[in-house]
Amino acid sequence: MQGILSYLILLLITAFLAPVIINRAGKAASWLLGSVSVAGFFYLLRFAAATARGNTLSMTLEWLPQLHLNFTLYLDGLSLFFALLVTGMGAMVLVFAGKYMQPYPQKDRFFLLILLFEFAMLALVLSGNLFTLFIFWELTSVSSFLLVGFSHEKPEARNAALQALLITVAGGLAMMAGFIMLGQIAGTLEINELLKSGELVRSHPHYSPALILILAGAFTKSAQFPFHFWLPGAMQAPSPVSAYLHSATMVKAGIYLLMRLSPVMGGTPEWKYILTITGAITMILGGYFAYSQTDFKKVLAYTTISALGILVLMLGIDTNISIKAAVIFMLVHALYKGALFMIAGLIDKSAGTRDLRKLGGLFHVMPEASVAAVISLLSMAGLPPMIGFIGKELIYEAKIGLPEIGNWLMVAGVLTNVIMVAISFALIFHLFGGKLRYAGRVPTRPAFALWIGPAILAGTSLLIGLFPSRVANLLLRPAITFIRPSIDTLSLALWHGFNEVLLMSLATIGAGITLYLLYRKVNPVLTNFNNEVITFRFANAFNRTMDLFLKLTKKKTSLIQSGYQRYYLMAIFIMTSVLAWYQIFYTWQGNGINTGPVPAIFELLIAALIVSAAVVAVAVKSRVLAILSMGAAGYGIGMLFLIYGAIDVAITMLLAETLVLVLFMVVVFHLPKFTNFSGRGSRIRDAVIAIFTGSFMTGLVLKAGQMDPAGRVSAFYTENALPLAHGKNVVNVILVDFRALDTLGEITVLVIAAIGVAALLKLKSKKGSAA
Amino acid sequence: MKSHIVRLAASKLLPFTLLLSAIVFYRGHNEPGGGFIGGLMAAAGFVFYALAFDTHEAEKKLRVSPLTLIIAGLSAAFISTLPALFAGNPFFTGEWVSVTLPLIGKIKAGTPLMFDLGVYFTVWGVMLTIIFNLMEE
Repeated sequence: MQGILSYLILLLITAFLAPVIINRAGKAASWLLGSVSVAGFFYLLRFAAATARGNTLSMTLEWLPQLHLNFTLYLDGLSLFFALLVTGMGAMVLVFAGKYMQPYPQKDRFFLLILLFEFAMLALVLSGNLFTLFIFWELTSVSSFLLVGFSHEKPEARNAALQALLITVAGGLAMMAGFIMLGQIAGTLEINELLKSGELVRSHPHYSPALILILAGAFTKSAQFPFHFWLPGAMQAPSPVSAYLHSATMVKAGIYLLMRLSPVMGGTPEWKYILTITGAITMILGGYFAYSQTDFKKVLAYTTISALGILVLMLGIDTNISIKAAVIFMLVHALYKGALFMIAGLIDKSAGTRDLRKLGGLFHVMPEASVAAVISLLSMAGLPPMIGFIGKELIYEAKIGLPEIGNWLMVAGVLTNVIMVAISFALIFHLFGGKLRYAGRVPTRPAFALWIGPAILAGTSLLIGLFPSRVANLLLRPAITFIRPSIDTLSLALWHGFNEVLLMSLATIGAGITLYLLYRKVNPVLTNFNNEVITFRFANAFNRTMDLFLKLTKKKTSLIQSGYQRYYLMAIFIMTSVLAWYQIFYTWQGNGINTGPVPAIFELLIAALIVSAAVVAVAVKSRVLAILSMGAAGYGIGMLFLIYGAIDVAITMLLAETLVLVLFMVVVFHLPKFTNFSGRGSRIRDAVIAIFTGSFMTGLVLKAGQMDPAGRVSAFYTENALPLAHGKNVVNVILVDFRALDTLGEITVLVIAAIGVAALLKLKSKKGSAA
Repeated sequence: MKSHIVRLAASKLLPFTLLLSAIVFYRGHNEPGGGFIGGLMAAAGFVFYALAFDTHEAEKKLRVSPLTLIIAGLSAAFISTLPALFAGNPFFTGEWVSVTLPLIGKIKAGTPLMFDLGVYFTVWGVMLTIIFNLMEE
């Protein structure tokens, strides 16, 4: 496990070195970065044998164990499966991006961000503590934000980035609350301990709210209805990002979380209903919109949403067969969709457009890429001999074995697959087959670095389809076992025998081909229908809500923040004294007031001096005199401190009083002559507030006399100052040792105040000089 | 204030004020004093100087800007929290070492001392920032 931690750190260092490497190493740079990812892939693959035997690895670095907060890494079959996906896809995408990003400005920054994402995503799936997971979860959201908005000069890119960030982070916050609740219920946030406490969690009264909060996180991240709309928007990102973050890995984080927590929280009616309904709606919705798009990348985005819906649906059905289907479909989808997104980018690069209506016959220009695309599309359509076929068969089987939810689920599932078949055929024949058609410039032959990634992924789709058993035993079965320990075998094959499922597959393909034949006619109609009839746009509704929210906060701020110092002071004084009076009044003990020993004459004299100085300060007409008498009152209080033995406080008081006096004097010279600022009414109001505030201080002092503050706390400090903190001055030891964190906070506040004063005055003098 | 007497007093008193503030700071651990009081005293010395001459002269005398004092102080305070982490103790634990110096003898130095030094410089810098800025108005 130390090795894995080292690899994570290496990846992080590589991320921050990436700009240097990109700028220095030239063309070899992306291959170099890709090889770091490949190394990680093979390093992780070495653990496969161990996890296949059911072993788990973990390591914990304690952070705040009192709050169950630890940095824990944990590796089992499920996390290994995802980790291999992250590093494997990462390698392909990095090589692809090396060529693809060449003309972009600031491409060095791009590689930093995408490697940072790879680090965060890998750490997310290897996290063994829900809070470790949460931190990396948010880090993936942030890197996604920066990558979607990579072309930051375009306003659409900035909007899409912000929208994606707001939605995923809002979900993330809800999820954090859910994690905290889960931690309260189970008494731990460590995943391997949580796995043992499923019973306890599911029967707890707080189970439902915790579940809903966590699902909010998973659904926003995995673009489930009604949060799906950020994903098509995120297509503003460069193609490598779409291939990596928004199809293969990051959007699967929500699915990963659901799989991870399914042994803990899964299987209840709430789980089943929420997941199946949300998944089914998302699946159908994604399929419909995919069929009616004209931009290749948008088609892929909506099929991704549909696929994510299928995954959630499978996890919601929650049977042995559906869990198997989910894990396998996960792999199927990552392979074909990653390849297709890269091909979309490649076509864009080569032909200058991704508009399906304008392109055709691309096989003549890009044979290698076309073959890769066709294999991937066949896998998407679920045709043999691709792995997609195996995935789809399992999905059908899972739905058939579910009588209680009824036939509508089956219908929805078949319908979605029919659409997938139609889209795949349309893309195969219209985009790659037939005569060469293009708009604007003639498509050019793509570079090796651009098509090698998709080719490898497509080859993998084909190979696993033909020889599924090895991968099944090494990677898929271990992953499934950790979701559902009762499953210990997994046999995959293309041929399942002649049964109900096969019949359904045949029907799907037939219907799909029919729908494909109608594609040219129906697609424009649907596009028009979407544009003109369906005026409701989730993205727009979201933007309007945000605008409204901003307006509301502005109103609220201008209501509370009047901008007048006197009102702020009044609010502070009134609130403090009311609250303090309330407390003093309700805890007052009837046994009289403890006034302490009788004061000496000189103490009384000092007290009289303070009082008369205060009266003079209020009554006098001259400002200088008022300030001087306030100073006199302050010095008097300092004297009292001295008499009662608080020497440190007394010195501080005297010094502060002196400096404040100087400060006032400096300011006074700049003020206009004494004019009567306040009328009679406001003077009375101020007097009332002052008396009220002053009397609360008196009350507080009298109240203090009723208690025994000399007990526990001060005894501890006086006894331990010397042995523990090596100091004889208890006040100082408290300040710099026992309560040093408070002091650190206080001096930070002081600094902020100083910066505030400086900024205010500088701002004013600048304005003055400009005028 | 263009009084020669005040100016003379301000410039002659400044070193003593600083020395006094340093002593007050150092003895703070066992006797009344410490970083906060020391910082206020050091600031008072320069404020007096600025009253006698002007803030520019005072800043010249200070050699660095008050902001630098703040940065130095806050950094020292923050850094003093870190050695505990390397020693495997919780954040902010006071770590002490005994050093034997020639002439002075054995003294104890610890992170709280450094923290207090941070407080000293921060308070000094903050007071000067606020007062100098107001005086320049």
